[in-house]
Parts: sequence; C-alpha cells; structure tokens
Amino acid sequence: MRWNSWAEFWAMGGYAVYVWGSVGVTALLLAVEVWQARWAHRVVLNQLKAEQAVAQLPVEELM
Amino acid sequence: MSGTAFMAVLRRDLLLAMRRKSEVLTAVFFFVVVAALFPLGIGPELNTLRLVAPGVLWVGALLSSMLALQRLFEADYRDGTLEQMALSPTPMSLLISAKLLAHWLVSGVPLVLLAPVLGLQFDLSADALVTLTLALLLGTPVLSLVGGIGAALTLGVRGGGVLLSLLVLPLFIPVLVFGAGAVEAQASGLGAQAHFSILMAMLLPAAFFSPFACAAALRIALE
Amino acid sequence: MKNINWFHYAAPQTFYGLAGKAWPWFAVLATLLMVAGLWLGFAVAPTDFQQGEGYRIIFVHVPASWMSMVIYLAMAFWSVLGLTFNTRLSGMMTRALAPTGAMFAFLSLWTGALWGKPMWGAWWVWDARLTSELILFFLYLGYIALTSAIDDTRRSDRAGALIAIVGAINVPIIYFSVKWWNTLHQGASVSLTKAPSMAEIMLWSMLLMALAFWFYTIALVLYRVRTLILQRESHATWVHELEEVKP
Repeated sequence: MRWNSWAEFWAMGGYAVYVWGSVGVTALLLAVEVWQARWAHRVVLNQLKAEQAVAQLPVEELM
Repeated sequence: MSGTAFMAVLRRDLLLAMRRKSEVLTAVFFFVVVAALFPLGIGPELNTLRLVAPGVLWVGALLSSMLALQRLFEADYRDGTLEQMALSPTPMSLLISAKLLAHWLVSGVPLVLLAPVLGLQFDLSADALVTLTLALLLGTPVLSLVGGIGAALTLGVRGGGVLLSLLVLPLFIPVLVFGAGAVEAQASGLGAQAHFSILMAMLLPAAFFSPFACAAALRIALE
Repeated sequence: MKNINWFHYAAPQTFYGLAGKAWPWFAVLATLLMVAGLWLGFAVAPTDFQQGEGYRIIFVHVPASWMSMVIYLAMAFWSVLGLTFNTRLSGMMTRALAPTGAMFAFLSLWTGALWGKPMWGAWWVWDARLTSELILFFLYLGYIALTSAIDDTRRSDRAGALIAIVGAINVPIIYFSVKWWNTLHQGASVSLTKAPSMAEIMLWSMLLMALAFWFYTIALVLYRVRTLILQRESHATWVHELEEVKP
C-alpha cells in the first residue's frame, strides 16, 4: 500500500483538486448516465402500461 | 447523353443563381465584412495582422461557404426538381456533381478572387497573396463538395442552418489547416509545395466520392 | 462479443431478450474491473518521479480517450451495417452508443485539462491529441444534433448513419492534419502523450480501467437499446405480451 494515512490519500501529494476533480467528475457522469438510462426506461414502461390499461378496459367504460 | 444532362443542370443552376444575385452577393459580402471585423477586434498593428491573416481569411471563407451551402439543394427540393433528378435515367451523382460545380463557381470563385484584395488589408506580401489565392482555389471546391453532403443531410430539417454548420465545420478543419498553413509556409520561406500537394490530395477524392455521398444523402431525404 | 449469430438476433424482439439477459453480467464485470483498476492505480501504483501523485489522472483520462474513439468506430460499424442490410436494429445501436461516446470524449477533455494545468501550467494546450479529441467531441454532437432534429425515425437513422460514416472517414484525416499543425506551430515539445515511463503496474491499471469502461459501455448500450426497442416497437403484439408491460 502506498499510503500511510487516509489524510495522505485524499491530499494526493498536493494534487487533490486535479485528481479528485477528474475521478469525481468521471464517477458523477457515469452515475448520471446510468440514472438517466433507467429513468428513460421507466418512462417508456409506464407509458406502455398505461396504454395496456386503457386497451384492456371493457368497451362500455370507454364510451 | 449524360454529357448534355450535366451541362443542362450546370447551366440551369448558373442561370438561377444569376437571377437571384442577392443571395450570392450576400454570402460574398459576408466574407468582406468578416475580414474587416477581425482587424477591428485585434488592433491595427500590421505585424500582428500579417500573422493572423491566413487564418482569418480562411475562416472567413469557411463561414461564407457555409452560408452559401444552404441554398444548394433547398429550392430544387421544394419544387420537386430533386425528385426528378432521382428518377431520371442519368446517374444522380452526375447531376449532383453539376450542381456542386455550379455552386462552387457561384460561391467559391468570388472568394478566391476577393481574397487577394482583402489580403492587402492585412499587409500580406505579393507572394503571400498568390499563395493564398492558389490555396483557396484548391480548397474552396472541397468546401462545396464536403459541405454538399451536410446540406443534403439537413434538407428541410428544423434548425437547418446551424445544424449544417455543426456537422460540416469539423470536416472542414483539414482544409483550413493546410490552406492557411500554405500561406504561412510560404511566408516563412519553406515553400508551400507540400501544402498544395496535400490540398490536391484532398480535392481529388472529394471530387470523386462526394457526388455519390450527396446522392445517397438526398435519397435518404427524399424517401 | 455481441455478434454471435448476428442475423438471428437482428430482429428487435429477439435482441430485446438477449440484451435483457446480457447487460447485468456486463454491469457486474464492469464494476469488478473498475474496483480492481482503481485499487491498483490509486492504492498500489508507485508515485511518479516527475509528476508526483498528479499523474494518476491518466487512469481515467487514457481509458476515457480510448473509449471515445472505440465507440465512434462502433457507431461507424453499425452505420455501415445498417445502410447495407437495412436493419432497424443498427440505427438503434448507433443511437444508443452516441451519448456514451460523447460523454467519454468530454471526460477525456475535462481530465486532460485537469492533468495539463498542474503539469504544464495551462488548462488547455493545443496538443495534437487533445485537439483531435475536441473535434471528435464535435462530431459526436453533430450526430446527436442531426438525429434529434429529424422526426421521421427511418430518415433520422439513415442520415445519422451517413454522417457517422463520413465522420469516421474524416477522423484519420483530421488527426493527421492536427498533428502536422501542432508540430509546426508548437515551440516547446509539450505533449500529453508523453506518458511517464510506465511501471508495469500503471499499465495494468490503465488496461483494467479501459476494460471496465468498455464493459460499462456495453452494459449501458444494451440497456438503452431495450428502451429504444420498446419505444419503437410499441405497437407490436410481442411488446403487449411482455411481463413488465402488464398494468
């Protein structure tokens, strides 16, 4: 292990802003992408479910 | 037979452009205005202007070309001529190449002729002006050829003009780099031979392949 | 990889099932690889003699750059397939790849800037690779803009395919132009490509991270394509009979 303490790890030899700025934004964007993909999928599923619900109503209810 | 079809399309496009002179001249005057804007933004120091001149004039030419590109297929698309071209027995790519040639003659050549005049505003030497003109002569056809593909893809699409720019400007970068580089190489004494060769190397494949790519793109738009 | 018995899986219905089964595995692999790569790169790899701890950015910067290029190639590949065989799925794959590719291109630029600032004093240097990466980012944006602007699905897919292919052909030309432009104009030889002489561990970390990003991309793209399939095939009977769509 390289690091003697957590403090050293976070400090990254003075380059903390740059290193964690990079890794942090990477992690953030990956997470956002995943979240967005799941959200979009859920939207489409809900839409389809709603369409199915309407399609399955007995004809009288639609009149 | 296809020779006459080519000439017919060429003549038609040139005639139409002559009748709508204002559209053509607008793009050309845009070039003039842009070339004047940069010194106003940078300052009148002739040494600086001489340095930036190739880049500035080339970017001006690029932007002006892009304005002109929107006209390329628009009118024919709207009045059904494009469909006729797609259906005709003459290969569509041949007819497209006539249109592209007409486009370059009307929009590109004026830039080539104007550039040396504008270059005087930047205190470019006579040799530099010659190099610039030659480079533009080789480069502006590539702009019409490659730009035509973008124009075909964005036919009738929302936000067409800006979208066209976004699509096509990255593709223009090699021409810009070597076109402007030619003038700088000449100015620094290295000579622009290599640049001209490379510009030629870009022009020939573009001239050959672009009409086919445009035809493909137009068919996609016409479906 | 995902091309086993291609034509059988070219039907959206079949691909939907296949992708549904496959993406979780890729996601798990990606996570494991990322943990391994990050651990190796941040906990084990030695300090660089010249760049101190700051060099560790390469463990995300280089894999992101690689992915941005690989994804564009993949887009061009699916585009050629789509225009040749007229398959709907190709258009969906290309479209699903684009946002992730654009994201990696952006990350490459962002991390590149954060690497360049401490090392060479400027947030942006017109290094040949960074500049080419910027242009690649523009190409991604162009594809996304074009496909978003065209409403008709088929025309949108085909126009996108064409611009992706034209872009792919231009990428080597652009790279060559920018490289030439850079060497001529740049005074000092500043190059972000001059990586520190790599200890083996560093190379391994980069490779692990690259693989991690690759599997992440596959998982995400497969997931996205399923959404696209549902959207586009929403009128098909097989969609109505899916479990997840039952109200």
